[in-house]
Amino acid sequence: MAFSLHGVHVPHRKNTADTAAVPMAAPKTVTIPLGMHIGTPAVPAVKVGDHVDVGTLIAEQNGGISSPVHASISGTVKAITSQLQANGQKVAAIVIESDGANTPDPAIAPPTVTNREELVDAIRRSGIVGLGGAGFPTYVKFNADPEQVDELVINGAECEPYITSDSLTMTERAEDMAYALKALETYLGIKKVIIGIENNKKNAIARMKELEKEDPHVKVVTLPAVYPQGGEKVLVYHTTGKVIPAGKLPLDVGCIVCNCTTLASIGSYLKTGMPLVEKCITVDGSAVKEPKNVIVPIGTSMEEVFAFCGGFKEEPGKVLYGGPMMGVAVPDLSAPVMKNTNAILAFDQKDAAPAKETACIRCGACYNHCPFGINPSAIERAYKAGDTASMEKWGVDTCMECGCCAFVCPASRPLVQTNKLAKAALKAARAAEKEAEK
Amino acid sequence: MGKLHISVSPHLHSGRSTQGIMRDVVFSLLPATAAGIALFGLSAVWVVLTCVFTAVLSEALFNFIIKKEQTVGDWSAVVTGLLLALNLPANIPLWQAVIGTVFAIVIVKCFFGGIGCNVVNPAITGRVFMLIAFGSMAQAAFPVDSTAAATPLVQLGEGTVPDLLELFLGKCGGSIGETSVLALLIGFIYLLVRKVISWHLPVVYIGTVFLFTFAVQGDLTVALAYILSGGLFLGAIFMATDYVTSPATPAGKLIFGLGAGIITVLIRLWGNYPEGVSFAILLMNILNPYIEAWTPRKVFGGKKA
Repeated sequence: MAFSLHGVHVPHRKNTADTAAVPMAAPKTVTIPLGMHIGTPAVPAVKVGDHVDVGTLIAEQNGGISSPVHASISGTVKAITSQLQANGQKVAAIVIESDGANTPDPAIAPPTVTNREELVDAIRRSGIVGLGGAGFPTYVKFNADPEQVDELVINGAECEPYITSDSLTMTERAEDMAYALKALETYLGIKKVIIGIENNKKNAIARMKELEKEDPHVKVVTLPAVYPQGGEKVLVYHTTGKVIPAGKLPLDVGCIVCNCTTLASIGSYLKTGMPLVEKCITVDGSAVKEPKNVIVPIGTSMEEVFAFCGGFKEEPGKVLYGGPMMGVAVPDLSAPVMKNTNAILAFDQKDAAPAKETACIRCGACYNHCPFGINPSAIERAYKAGDTASMEKWGVDTCMECGCCAFVCPASRPLVQTNKLAKAALKAARAAEKEAEK
Repeated sequence: MGKLHISVSPHLHSGRSTQGIMRDVVFSLLPATAAGIALFGLSAVWVVLTCVFTAVLSEALFNFIIKKEQTVGDWSAVVTGLLLALNLPANIPLWQAVIGTVFAIVIVKCFFGGIGCNVVNPAITGRVFMLIAFGSMAQAAFPVDSTAAATPLVQLGEGTVPDLLELFLGKCGGSIGETSVLALLIGFIYLLVRKVISWHLPVVYIGTVFLFTFAVQGDLTVALAYILSGGLFLGAIFMATDYVTSPATPAGKLIFGLGAGIITVLIRLWGNYPEGVSFAILLMNILNPYIEAWTPRKVFGGKKA
């Protein structure tokens, strides 16, 4: 590789590293949103009053990029409501009231997999989506022409502060990962597997090195702990040297990128046939009394998970889905744990207080720290001037919203927000241009 | 349950602030300030205090009059005042220092929109304004125990090579903060360690002056004497690296440093003024938008097809 992409040194704060995950008992009710993935939301397959068991299909996949949804507890369907998502859209959600028994669905059995089609279909039926946070339906990725795939890159970077659930997967669920890799190698013809891990996860690296010894296709690559090492394009570049062109996918350069927990979940589904109904998440942040990794039934409200972790030291000022660099702030604690939730963090009032924005001093820190060479301060000026050509020129299309720019900005300017707005403005301008051409 | 804050990510900040950066610049200038006071005596103290006080007061008054949010708390006015003071001879009449500072802050900085909006460096422009407006700027001050009658650059122009160690320590005529290269280097190291600036611009600027002078003069000692003389280190480390008026990318910084170095030598060796650092930086400030446009970083993955 010619050189490393730029980035920032974020504080690690991996307070929950190397502590075993604690399972949480089924809550009284769960609210399971049907849009826990990128793509079309699933459609309900149950009616109010129906009895469901753990693993029962409650919503069907809808269209090519979608994912089925399963019950995470046993009990009765209480309601089909709608849930406000972080992106501002409302999606249907199924509320299940527990019968306290937590009975697994009797129909659950390991899937029969003898060829590529069956493997892809099994992954589809498992309801597994990108568990690193993106939530892209996993089967779609693996439904690629095997000729096109040179390598499978397993994302174990976990570059966000606080989050340790992925490194826990690598230390505790390595067998599941190995099981899934065997299937992928056998039926998809994958010959090269690269596991990329940041160098601050010694135990995960040690465990994955054992896996490397057992499986000749696997190679573990230790990466410097520089944020955003786990960004898909960053990881592919640092592990394979391949540059994913703007607007393209890893598959366009012969790669499939899969998060390590996603991989482990595929392994356990192939072994047991139990779809994705629970999730190991990191619960941490300055307002949380007992930070820990918790195995949570999907659909459990944040409130109950925080209560399970001893509640709050003080009233939180900000609560997030995901890490502090790219996580999404929620308006209240009724928000449920979803498939792609890897952490929930609660911060005290001091950490939550918004910083005072001052004038840009043109120091170039945002520009020089951007992994992709985008110039956020120039984009900000272009956005204010309504100059879409300049927004495009300075690379706003390529922005992955990793937050390095705003993290380093001495003037505390909301540069990610402006980049998002600029992207939307550019999109609108392009649409208007197309309209005018008609 | 109180209301939860909602904001776009990131929810974590490095802790760097404009105020912190400006304060670091002030700290980095303290060795040079102390050296200036030690060399030129009490009159240097008065010049420094006058400039800093005038800078802060004029920015505060300007903001008050135009009803703009007060910005003096960011310490940038202190930086401009201190930098201008270090660029003045210790024997400058204080009323002239006041006028120069007001010009730098109000006309060069505030009229253009305040911090981050100025087109040229306020302290440099203030100095150039005074150089043209006041004859006393040409009459250099000399250290209290010095017997020299001319500044090193004037001596070099007449064919005399001053003692290199004396130049390095600053025992020669000149502005308050420009003579002690040792003190300026301490400040440079501090700025590098604190990651306020990068090495590119100062090193290329000083290196260009050295190589160009050596190529013309053909003598190592003379070339060394030239870089240790005048305001080169002060200008290259503290003025040329001003964020707003210098390029953001390493490639841009190299071009800026190269250009400033060439202009400095041209003025020093063939121009009417003995020193060319201020003019060189000012000219490169004006070219800065073009340099920035020529030296963008490459966007990863290229343009969207």
